[in-house]
Amino acid sequence: MNKKDLWLILGFIMLAGVCYILFGRTRLGNQVVIVLDGKEYGTYSLDQNQDIMVKGEKGYNQVRIEDCMVWIVDADCPDRYCVKQGKTNDRHKSLICLPHELVVEVKSSDQGMPDEDDVDMISQ
Amino acid sequence: MAKKVAEMGVFVALAMIFSYVEVLIPFHFGIPGVKLGIANLVIVVGLYLFPAKEVFGISVVRILLMGLLFGNGVSILYSLVGGILSFFVMLFCKKVSVFSVIGVSVAGGVFHNIGQILAAMVVLWNVRIVSYLPVLLVAGVVTGALNGYLSKKISSIMLQARKQMEK
Repeated sequence: MNKKDLWLILGFIMLAGVCYILFGRTRLGNQVVIVLDGKEYGTYSLDQNQDIMVKGEKGYNQVRIEDCMVWIVDADCPDRYCVKQGKTNDRHKSLICLPHELVVEVKSSDQGMPDEDDVDMISQ
Repeated sequence: MAKKVAEMGVFVALAMIFSYVEVLIPFHFGIPGVKLGIANLVIVVGLYLFPAKEVFGISVVRILLMGLLFGNGVSILYSLVGGILSFFVMLFCKKVSVFSVIGVSVAGGVFHNIGQILAAMVVLWNVRIVSYLPVLLVAGVVTGALNGYLSKKISSIMLQARKQMEK
């Protein structure tokens, strides 16, 4: 390996970094879908800061959307695991409160964006 | 001529078996679609041993045969675009004679992935697939460097063997 090779490799890695900064965020979802008891409770934009009080038969969860992140700030469920799950904006993660049967999913409104699984199928 | 045909045949067979056994090597980036691409070893080594036209033939024949045997129409298209783009980029990198085998291989690996992304963008008609590019660029650099290192060893051994045969 000579010096020019290293420069080439460095160049590609920097290009990857630039691409990540430019396009990386498109991997993230832009919608928050709240599902309560298996039924859709509501759909919210991830760009719009707001607090959503989800009140069900079993209790309440306070979902907060701020700076393109979503998390559960407060809940009266016994284990409070949903609060401990922290913030997310990843389309492949969801916040779940088992006792209240609440699922907060991050989705993308762009239906054309394939999931990783689809790409895997084709490339194999 | 007969010797050339035999050599080409052996190289196509080698490239095919490489892309076949690649699945057995536990090398996972954790990202679907990322693979070692050791079939590219044959192409890189070939570039240093044979005329470019013949290596191009090996590459295209290998992709078509593998696609017909194990893939489908779409997978052939992806591989062809990636394979052809990476071939010409590697040829260019070799011709400018600035880079060593490793540099040529890295460029090939990266542009193979770029070609596949471009093909995917056209097939799925979706620009947002570009978001895969950073990951695939890094993957191309890593696999390309590994392949390049091996290619360097192999091609130097093969050149020596060829010299001894000619004696």
